[in-house]
Amino acid sequence: MKVLVPVKRVIDYNVKVRVKPDQTGVDLANVKMSMNPFDEIATEEAVRLKEKGVATEVVVVSIGPQQAQETIRTALAMGADRGILIVTDQDAEPLAVAKLLKAVIAEESPNLVVMGKQAIDGDNNAVGQMLAALLDWPQATFASKLEVTADKATVTREIDGGLQTLDVSLPAVITADLRLNEPRYASLPNIMKAKKKEIAMKTAADYGVDVSPKLKVLKVTEPPKRSAGIKVADAAELVGKLKSEGVL
Amino acid sequence: MSAFWLSEEQEAIREGVQKVMDGFGDEYWRKTDETGTFPEEFVAEMAAGGWLGVAMPESVGGAGLGLTEASIVMQTVAQSGAAFTGASAIHLNIFGPMPIVKFGTQAQKDAFLPRIIAGEDKMCFAVTEPNSGLDTSSLETRAERTNDGYRINGRKIWTTSAQRANKVLIIARTTPKAEAKKPTEGLSLFYADFDRSAIEAKPIPKMGRKAVECNTLFIDDLHVPADALIGEEGQGFKYLLQGLNPERVLFAVEAIGIGRIAIAKAAQYAKERVVFGRPIGQNQGIQHPLAKAWAELEAANLMAFKAAALYDAGRECGAEANAAKYLGAEAGFRACEASVLAHGGMGYAREYDVERYFREAMIARIAPVSREMILNFVAERVLGLPKSY
Repeated sequence: MKVLVPVKRVIDYNVKVRVKPDQTGVDLANVKMSMNPFDEIATEEAVRLKEKGVATEVVVVSIGPQQAQETIRTALAMGADRGILIVTDQDAEPLAVAKLLKAVIAEESPNLVVMGKQAIDGDNNAVGQMLAALLDWPQATFASKLEVTADKATVTREIDGGLQTLDVSLPAVITADLRLNEPRYASLPNIMKAKKKEIAMKTAADYGVDVSPKLKVLKVTEPPKRSAGIKVADAAELVGKLKSEGVL
Repeated sequence: MSAFWLSEEQEAIREGVQKVMDGFGDEYWRKTDETGTFPEEFVAEMAAGGWLGVAMPESVGGAGLGLTEASIVMQTVAQSGAAFTGASAIHLNIFGPMPIVKFGTQAQKDAFLPRIIAGEDKMCFAVTEPNSGLDTSSLETRAERTNDGYRINGRKIWTTSAQRANKVLIIARTTPKAEAKKPTEGLSLFYADFDRSAIEAKPIPKMGRKAVECNTLFIDDLHVPADALIGEEGQGFKYLLQGLNPERVLFAVEAIGIGRIAIAKAAQYAKERVVFGRPIGQNQGIQHPLAKAWAELEAANLMAFKAAALYDAGRECGAEANAAKYLGAEAGFRACEASVLAHGGMGYAREYDVERYFREAMIARIAPVSREMILNFVAERVLGLPKSY
């Protein structure tokens, strides 16, 4: 079974994001970039499937700048087998990403796509769902547990108010939530092995997909500063405050 | 100019080591320092992750990376709070076997190196002697030829982790100094079993790093086979010199790592500790020593990574490596001192860990070479002043 894992290069989750003075976007100059944490979880899950003998090959695909090769290398060091980088200097929009992934899937014909539920930069939470719709494949999003057999996946999803368990027939698109697993860090031999694994370099034109933006960003602004809280003396005062603020 | 920051691959190395270190918190290192128990669990984890082989060639199971990457590994270890207890526990594995890598036969490399990288063989390094110190050419340990090898007799001092070692890299005179062409010739290097029937190792009670002991060795008729000789007989001193610059850089980055954790802890404490109605960290009297320590640490770090980059590029790096060890050790120590002082009375309490860093930071000011010898080197080799000793 072949598993495809799309990964995105995003601003590291530890970095405090700054808005550019002209409000056209966020400042990416000299900012630490890493693999989207949900994609790391997806990669980990795919590698575990391989280690369990369920998957035979894990292919990682990324759409982004040249440096996204490093992001693919991270996934290769975790245990993925090979990578595909579709080079674009534009921050591709979700629909364009979904279309590109569909084109990759047409070439690679994986049995399963495991990807992050969303990227932590745009927080769109859209590509997985769009991809499943474009392919007309079943989807199971926000997975917190995944079991895969030859022709079906059993997915536990985190939903409002509890957990839902779904069976989806393969091929399918699964998106990973935070609690699916805890991604490993690469050992030194695996970092070295990853250097020798193949990364195919492509462009959007190779797949005949138009990635020109369809959305227009009007303005990016900093979130409002949080004001300091107040201290209450005891539980009675706390309850009083909550009542007067209309929370209780 | 080489880069001033880590590449993504180097960042992955740092994160990988950090992940190992996350499993060994302050409590662990406090305890090893109290009991003197060698941090075996930590060394086993580092070996399992392949980190001990960072600078060893790929052909024998290492990663084939350079001094820069080795420095990142060792700095991450020290900076986690493991300080020299963690760093010294594996320090020798990183560049210690270099004479074997560079001058050993293929058979020796295949037999010795994979076992060192896997942590199966535990090596110690017997160089310094009580009567010669830094004047290595005057060392008195003798190796005499026998029918099938050599017989070694003598004394060594400051041999680190000889209590757990099963192998020893030892330098001894094979030709008396008076008969050798030059004082630095006639010394030979051997890699042999640590035979406890012929070597008595006595730990030296010392100021810090209790868990990684240093020993006096009494070597009495140690028989080693002929194939324990590394490289040519009489050339051992030259082989040893090869490892000196990397070792200095590693000491520098380790000391800087300790200094960094020390001031990070001090800054945290100064933010939380409220006296006279405000955090003590709001006072410039607390801020400035820590800020100064940071500036000194980062300047020293640049010198250390410059030396590493020169070494990795195959360029001369003696002056930079020596200067880095001097600057790194001094900056590390001063940062630890500033940290203890910022903590006030709590800085003297073991619970806050910084007194342990302070004690351990002294190591890098003395070992592997004194500050004075470094300054002699710079004066003579860089400034062209006459030799003073």
